[in-house]
Amino acid sequence: MALCRLSLRLRASVTQVRSLHTSDSGQQQEAVAVESNPDFFSVFRTQESDPACQSEKHIGQYYTLPPAHTRPLFPHGLPWRYQQQMKTFNEACFMVRQPALEVISYMKKADYSKPALRYLFYGLKGTGKTMSLCHTMHFCYTQGFLVLHVPDAHLWVKNCKELLPSSFKPDRFDQPLQATAWLRNFKITNERFLSKIKTKHRYVWTKRESTEEGRPLGELVDQGIARVKSSSDVIGALMKELRQQSGRPGADFRLAVAVDGVNALWGRSTIKKEDKSAVNPDELTLIHNLRKLMKNDWIGGAIIATVCQTGSLYTPKSAYLPQELLGQRGFDSMDPFIPVSVSNYSEKEFESCYLYYLDRRWLQHPQSHTEEGKKELVFLSNRNPSLMDRVCGFL
Amino acid sequence: MAASCVRSLGLVLGKCGTYSSGINTFGSQLNRQICVSAGLRRKNLAAAGPEKFTMEFIQKQAEEFDIGKRHLANMMGEDPDNFTQDDIDRSIAYLFPSGLFDKKARPLMKHPDEIFPKQRAVQWGPDGRPFHFLFYTGKQSYYSLMHELYSKILNIEKHQDRMRAKGVFSPDAKLISPGMSRWLTKEELEAVLVEAISPHDYDRLIQLMERLLAAPYGAAEGEFVMRYRRQLEAQSAQQVAPALERDERGVAYSEADGRRKTSTSTVVLRDCGSGRITVNGRDYVHAFPVLQDREQLMFPLQFLGMLGRFDLECTVSGGGRSSQAGALRLAISRALLSFGSESDREAMRQAGLLTADPRLRERKKPGQEGARRKFTWKKR
Repeated sequence: MALCRLSLRLRASVTQVRSLHTSDSGQQQEAVAVESNPDFFSVFRTQESDPACQSEKHIGQYYTLPPAHTRPLFPHGLPWRYQQQMKTFNEACFMVRQPALEVISYMKKADYSKPALRYLFYGLKGTGKTMSLCHTMHFCYTQGFLVLHVPDAHLWVKNCKELLPSSFKPDRFDQPLQATAWLRNFKITNERFLSKIKTKHRYVWTKRESTEEGRPLGELVDQGIARVKSSSDVIGALMKELRQQSGRPGADFRLAVAVDGVNALWGRSTIKKEDKSAVNPDELTLIHNLRKLMKNDWIGGAIIATVCQTGSLYTPKSAYLPQELLGQRGFDSMDPFIPVSVSNYSEKEFESCYLYYLDRRWLQHPQSHTEEGKKELVFLSNRNPSLMDRVCGFL
Repeated sequence: MAASCVRSLGLVLGKCGTYSSGINTFGSQLNRQICVSAGLRRKNLAAAGPEKFTMEFIQKQAEEFDIGKRHLANMMGEDPDNFTQDDIDRSIAYLFPSGLFDKKARPLMKHPDEIFPKQRAVQWGPDGRPFHFLFYTGKQSYYSLMHELYSKILNIEKHQDRMRAKGVFSPDAKLISPGMSRWLTKEELEAVLVEAISPHDYDRLIQLMERLLAAPYGAAEGEFVMRYRRQLEAQSAQQVAPALERDERGVAYSEADGRRKTSTSTVVLRDCGSGRITVNGRDYVHAFPVLQDREQLMFPLQFLGMLGRFDLECTVSGGGRSSQAGALRLAISRALLSFGSESDREAMRQAGLLTADPRLRERKKPGQEGARRKFTWKKR
């Protein structure tokens, strides 16, 4: 039994090595980006740092994000534990996994003159939905998409410190703090587009302040950051502009909307009004505008979303399917979408992750270097990426 | 102790007295005996504490008990030959219904061996001279055992000398083989000798015994030595391993159940699996989100080095998460018994895998905050 499995594993690693050799000889020019440290070459790493060029043969291998991309692309988007890991290992490595590759391949072939396609990552807790989303976002970023990333929509429907009635529509509520924070990050991510895109409408914020037609989008964003009170409406305006302009003949950008925890848009919220009654997510300006963005009545882009139970409100712990998490209303408004299942590590991916941790000297316990120790890790984590990270945290 | 014995004796007598006229004869006999024993007792009270009875007296009592038993059986209309102690108890409870609260105070009829234990037999004859020459040491059976032991050692040494003289002496010939056994403990020895002995005495005896055990050519005395040793059995030998069963595809599987606190669990262990585990139909990672619980599940498998070999199908109910994990651990270890070898079983027992955790929740006490904790003390 054990012997045959061992031989299987050996075979797998041998094919990995071989594939790595061929890829290395075939695509020398891509490897230049990470040429600075060529001794990184090993079975669990790939030199292929451009997500567009990654293919099936890279599955289970780690690629290093160029530090130049990490800062602007993910000012706030990465999971907390991954940020910690990045800090510890002093590098940002993503594992190339099937779900992200699948979405990337769809996006490569998509016709951008048609309404935007919706991709939905779903899967059990801790299987790497957010990381797959981030991987896909990296692809979008390198392909020159305008990335509109909502790191966790759940945060917009709970724990709101400041809730103001909207000036635009009296029965809506603004969340100025969240809105400014998001705008700031949006500005960091899409600095390169903000001056190119011009507004097509005239927006009046107060009696004295307004944004004229034909001004660059950056001015709109700055307005939102500077005037906290109008920031939620600025987001609405921003989303409207992007929606209307993407894919039009004049515009030279494509829009990628990435929303983590999209089920928050159709769930319930814990925010209370003045009279202690719960706020319906419809009444929140941010959620309202985001929902309009999720409708695929615009062209020239893609919507990538995840449904997750973590952080969601009033959902059973065992729920993970889109149907269960989105609810009937949400499912109807998201339909049709392309569901992409994210599952636990396969044997190969686990092996690669284990080797990566060994390589980074993250596993210090002498027992963890043995075959027995590895079996224990498999048992304790059940090849679940997040649990694996947690279990290895103190080894 | 003495008082209670006397009372029970009186009760037996009382019963005999109240029987039908047919047994009145030994009722009077007994009364006479009582007078004798009372006289004996009065004489000995000054000498030794507890009351003593002569062997003849006890034998007579036993004969009378047998006759009385037969009479009782006849009265109850049952077969006198197959009249057991349970039947006696039942008849006595029927014939002499008693409302006394204390069970010991109720009428009873028992075999004299139970009423007059061995140590209560007199050790001296009617002339007042003790039977045994070591009586005045106060510990006659202990010292007689020591005597016997030492004489045996002397015999063996004589034999060794003879062997030496012949020139065929070898230091490891005909040793006593103790096997897997241990010496009797002090308490067990006291029960055998019917005497109280001090720890010092016990140590002396064991020293001497060890000397006999280690002496060459001592094999002839093996039986004597083994009388004072208790055979040790591997505890796991008592553990019955359920037989390995095979399903329709010929894959071996075994079932077992376990419990802890209020949880009960059942496990079906299938061979040739890939390490898939379901708990109540769910993945075990979701049933046990806490690492410690998964470690509990892992321990038996890891202990035998069989991680990733079995498919487990668990059902568990009741209790909280840690007790559920504990119950599953016990069930898994029991199911693994049939896959492991004999030595594995002993190792598992010694690791405590096969022992059910007996601890239960302690009840809350009135006037206290919890089981042990008291209310916060406030001066006023």
